[in-house]
Amino acid sequence: MNATVLEVRDLRTHFGQAKAVDGVSFSVARGEVLGLVGESGSGKSVTGFSIIGLVDPPGTIVGGQIVFDGRDITSSSREEMRALRGRRMAMIFQDPMMTLNPVLRIDTQMIEAVQAHENVSRADARARARDALGMVGIPSPDERLQAYPHQFSGGMRQRVVIAIALLHRPDFIIADEPTTALDVTIQAQILAEMQKLVAQNNTSLIWITHDLAVVSRLADRIAVMYAGRIVESGPVSDVLARPLHPYTAGLIDSVPSRNQRGERLRQIPGMAPSVARLPTGCAFAPRCARADAMCTQAVPLFPAGPREHRCVHPLPELRV
Amino acid sequence: MTAAVVRRLLQAVMVMLAMTVIVFIAINVIGDPVDILISPDADQIERARVVQALGLDLPLWQQYLRFLWAALHGDLGESYVYNEPAIRVILQRLPATLELAVSAILIAIVVGVPLGLYAGLRPHGILSRVIMTVSILGFSLPTFWVGLVLIMFFGVQLGWLPSGGRGQTAELFGVQWAFLTKDGLAHLILPAVNLALFDACLILRLTRAGVAEVLPLDFVKFARAKGLKESRVIGVHISKNIMIPVVTIIGLEFGSIVAFSVVTESVFSWPGMGKLIIDSINVLDRPIITAYLMAIVAFFVIINLVVDLTYTALDPRVRLQGEGP
Ligand SMILES: Nc1ncnc2c1ncn2[C@@H]1O[C@H](COP(=O)(O)OP(=O)(O)OP(=O)(O)O)[C@@H](O)[C@H]1O
Ligand code: SF4
Ligand SMILES: [Mg+2]
Repeated sequence: MNATVLEVRDLRTHFGQAKAVDGVSFSVARGEVLGLVGESGSGKSVTGFSIIGLVDPPGTIVGGQIVFDGRDITSSSREEMRALRGRRMAMIFQDPMMTLNPVLRIDTQMIEAVQAHENVSRADARARARDALGMVGIPSPDERLQAYPHQFSGGMRQRVVIAIALLHRPDFIIADEPTTALDVTIQAQILAEMQKLVAQNNTSLIWITHDLAVVSRLADRIAVMYAGRIVESGPVSDVLARPLHPYTAGLIDSVPSRNQRGERLRQIPGMAPSVARLPTGCAFAPRCARADAMCTQAVPLFPAGPREHRCVHPLPELRV
Repeated sequence: MTAAVVRRLLQAVMVMLAMTVIVFIAINVIGDPVDILISPDADQIERARVVQALGLDLPLWQQYLRFLWAALHGDLGESYVYNEPAIRVILQRLPATLELAVSAILIAIVVGVPLGLYAGLRPHGILSRVIMTVSILGFSLPTFWVGLVLIMFFGVQLGWLPSGGRGQTAELFGVQWAFLTKDGLAHLILPAVNLALFDACLILRLTRAGVAEVLPLDFVKFARAKGLKESRVIGVHISKNIMIPVVTIIGLEFGSIVAFSVVTESVFSWPGMGKLIIDSINVLDRPIITAYLMAIVAFFVIINLVVDLTYTALDPRVRLQGEGP
């Protein structure tokens, strides 16, 4: 892998008492695809919004650094962040039905995105928009530019959103569950399209999802989040084949697969803790079969070769 | 699209027709104009002559048909008081009411929309709380009382502005308007502000509620994620989405202002339709009352039509089939 595009160091984003993100560190190399997985509420989206500087109030980044292009952008001004957003970093959201403005035509929404960062004529911006639509596989893009979002299907809308994200060939894209709201077949198409496009442009991708199957297909590396922290990370094939953290193992076991047909899915017992009241030690302890007294102390990050984990009793056995 | 417009126009005609029935019946139930118009000393023959001249001896349904037929020709009867066609008396007073109503609505928009946007974007700011508190006051204070206070303060105490009448007028398109002269404009300010107060507060609260609803939606976040300037996010992405309820209320309120400027016109002796109708009700001048009601109904129908058409322009989702892919 070549140069690091983005490095997040000990990021802490809190909503008052709720420590939505509490000490997240990872880095993404150029052209790399990082899968960020974890249960609902584990802080994946907040991590993404922190990076692009769009955390909803009352949330604030209370600590850590986000190093992009050699600079810590947590201290950048609003205008500096605006100039980066959409041009060098892009974000795609979960629900394509909600991402586009319902009362503006597609061309308006694309042209403004071009002109926000480049001093080009409307006609040139429009041509760029048309080419981008063609690139993501939208038929007769010239006509479709004049349509409104409600005249597109969900899958087509998400393609429009992807086209907008790619307009300025950003250094990285954060995709926050962009296919969860779509049909399985459309999901597969978009996934393949996205994979091709980022590879062509050598764009880095942070793919946020619940779906381990998607991550195993798409990602180079995986980071597993639990209660505002990354509890395990490493090359995707290693982590999925041989999880070190009991939570990762639980996630993998709860994925339906062929050899489990007819059996009941194994769920992780218990519920994710509230990020407003976290224990001092391992946040997973109340649900963990391996927990003991050691787990009530603060658990640091243990390096393990190219991998890292946050568990004092990592799983030793080789899983098949 | 054309089909939809035609359908709306037909609906409008039906509403107008229904209103003629209601207005006609309502007017014929109150009082007897003969008692007012003819001196008690008049003899039977004189009395019968007037009754016949006015068509008051015919069965009610015939009177209605006569009324409808005449109305279709723009004839709503002759005012018993002014001895002029009622419609002309109304139309003479219309410009005064119209300019008062338009000024009031403009003031309400210019004040209400920006303050509402501000309060919606900074819901926890101190200034926003002040704005919202004041708007509740504006809602609940009675119009006539605010009018009297305005007169007391700006008219009497400070002596800055005239507080009664319409002042000088100037002609435009064959009609006399006060807003064209400096003096007329000065006379217009206080009544327009008085009339605007309620609607400014209404528009303000509506705008704020719209912002609060739209602000957390993904498309606003996505607009920001594209790197748009905040001015464009607010001025285009948010504003266009909250304009629909605001336009509706502006339309409906414009009708109400015209119809119910009665209070403000009376307080400021503004010579508009509102003042005319009060005078006419007092003397049971039936043609004037009829003409006034019909004019107001026509007004509401037209405004509703305009509001509906504006919707289609603002919101592509309500646009009807037969266009686009
Ligand atoms: N606007 C907000 N106000 C208050 N708290 C918030 C807000 N947004 C997020 N949080 C807190 O941050 C936590 C993490 O939220 P986040 O959206 O990052 O979860 P997620 O991992 O993306 O979950 P999901 O898979 O459901 O999208 C939430 O549990 C919540 O407590
Ligand atoms: S640290 Fe302890 S409680 Fe936490 S996952 Fe490891 S074994 Fe389980
Ligand atoms: Mg999320």
